[in-house]
Amino acid sequence: MQALDVLLKGRNLARLLQGLWVTLSLSLAAIALSVALGLLVGMLMTMKNRAIRAFCRLWLETIRIVPQLVLLFLVYFGMAKAFDIQLSGEASAVIVFTFWGAGEMGDLVRGAVQSIPRHQTESANALGLTRGQVYRYVIIPQTVRRLIPQAINLATRMIKTTSLIMLIGVVEVLKVAQQIIDNARYDALQAAVGIYGVVFFLYFIVCWPISLAAGRLEKKWA
Amino acid sequence: MANPLLEVRHISKGFDGTGVLEDVSLTVHEGEVLVVVGPSGCGKSTLLRCINGLERIDSGEILLRGKPITGEKRDLVAVRQKVGMVFQSYDLFPHMDVMGNLLLGPTKALRRPKAEVEAEAMAMLKRVGLEEKAHALPRTLSGGQKQRVALVRAMLMKPEMLLLDEITAALDPEMVREVLNVVLDLAKEGMTMAIVTHEMRFAEAVADRVIFLEGGVIVEEGAPAQFFHHPKTERARQFLNTFVYEAAKKQSENSADA
Ligand SMILES: Nc1ncnc2c1ncn2[C@@H]1O[C@H](COP(=O)(O)OP(=O)(O)OP(=O)(O)O)[C@@H](O)[C@H]1O
Ligand SMILES: [Mg+2]
Repeated sequence: MQALDVLLKGRNLARLLQGLWVTLSLSLAAIALSVALGLLVGMLMTMKNRAIRAFCRLWLETIRIVPQLVLLFLVYFGMAKAFDIQLSGEASAVIVFTFWGAGEMGDLVRGAVQSIPRHQTESANALGLTRGQVYRYVIIPQTVRRLIPQAINLATRMIKTTSLIMLIGVVEVLKVAQQIIDNARYDALQAAVGIYGVVFFLYFIVCWPISLAAGRLEKKWA
Repeated sequence: MANPLLEVRHISKGFDGTGVLEDVSLTVHEGEVLVVVGPSGCGKSTLLRCINGLERIDSGEILLRGKPITGEKRDLVAVRQKVGMVFQSYDLFPHMDVMGNLLLGPTKALRRPKAEVEAEAMAMLKRVGLEEKAHALPRTLSGGQKQRVALVRAMLMKPEMLLLDEITAALDPEMVREVLNVVLDLAKEGMTMAIVTHEMRFAEAVADRVIFLEGGVIVEEGAPAQFFHHPKTERARQFLNTFVYEAAKKQSENSADA
């Protein structure tokens, strides 16, 4: 196995895991920020104010139409050009992924809140619960149950999409793999497939348990 | 005559400029069962919803034991703790089991000790034949079972009055009876109720007084025997005739099946 030989040579494996750590830490930062902001954005999206709703609509369309890579270039190179602010690749990545994730998360929150039938609120009201109690015991638990599986799916999508950030110079797991392959080009030509296989495996062991949990929860709370 | 428990005085209510209730007045005395009938869209649900503060009235006032429960200083939460309501749609909370549904109001809104309410809840479930469903999730119950649980849930708040809005309208015919029997039992025990229903036989059996609502106004009011057999107004007669026709149709269908 050429790939294994190459991986076990020098610090290659450690570097690869370090790259994975970069992928994961940036993803986690963006996911955490997205969830926090997304909850707020979701509330905004359910409001009746037309200006706020139009703004949210525009935001959503933007992140859905414009490829994430373009957004990354816009922030990383564009900010430097336009405002002379040179953001690091990592910072640009977190900004773009949060911009994307918060919008999508907001839309998920909006959908979950609006999918709770009005009757649920009314029958909780009819029981003499206060507004706060209605939210705490009836609306929020049901919203969260609908939200969590979808939010987890979004999170795995975000983790996978972080592979794009190597194009703005962040050395994450895929970039490390490429470097390793490049260095071994002369003495282990066949290593590439194997190393990409290892990267595949790394993404898999990170995302698979998450997807599995999402599926379980979805079934349990259906 | 017993004390008036609920007084509705000259209330009007419209949605976006179209009037739904116009100058409606009625009184429900303690222990009395008032049945409200009328064609679809005449404002029956709106009337009950106004009483429970789910809709805001445009004018008039509503009093509970002589105290206004409408207007600026109303305390909706306090009113709803005294006036229970059950709706047509099954509206149990799907994320809690039956017992969870039953405990929520008494333990959170009334802050009563859980063990005490639980014992009461169990006894009530037994009465409506559902004690073995205490820990079932709502989605595993039939429509009739859900509505019985909804009735128990409302009763556990020990309300002074119950509002029932077509609670059997979404049920399969064979489940209607099991739910209506519970309501008849409550009436026998002296529960004060305002009931909207399309089940005319049940209405006649349960009512102390009947109100016929059409186009948002009370067209006729009277004792059940009189209203159902000798209605005073032509419009009530026509309304009741549609049910005679339906009953006859059902009967001929049944005999055709036999
Ligand atoms: N939230 C609302 N917004 C606008 N119009 C409404 C609203 N609720 C009810 N209405 C209208 O008010 C009228 C009375 O409705 P209501 O539900 O009280 O009738 P109902 O007598 O209960 O009818 P049904 O027997 O079909 O239940 C209807 O014309 C209905 O369209
Ligand atoms: Mg109605």
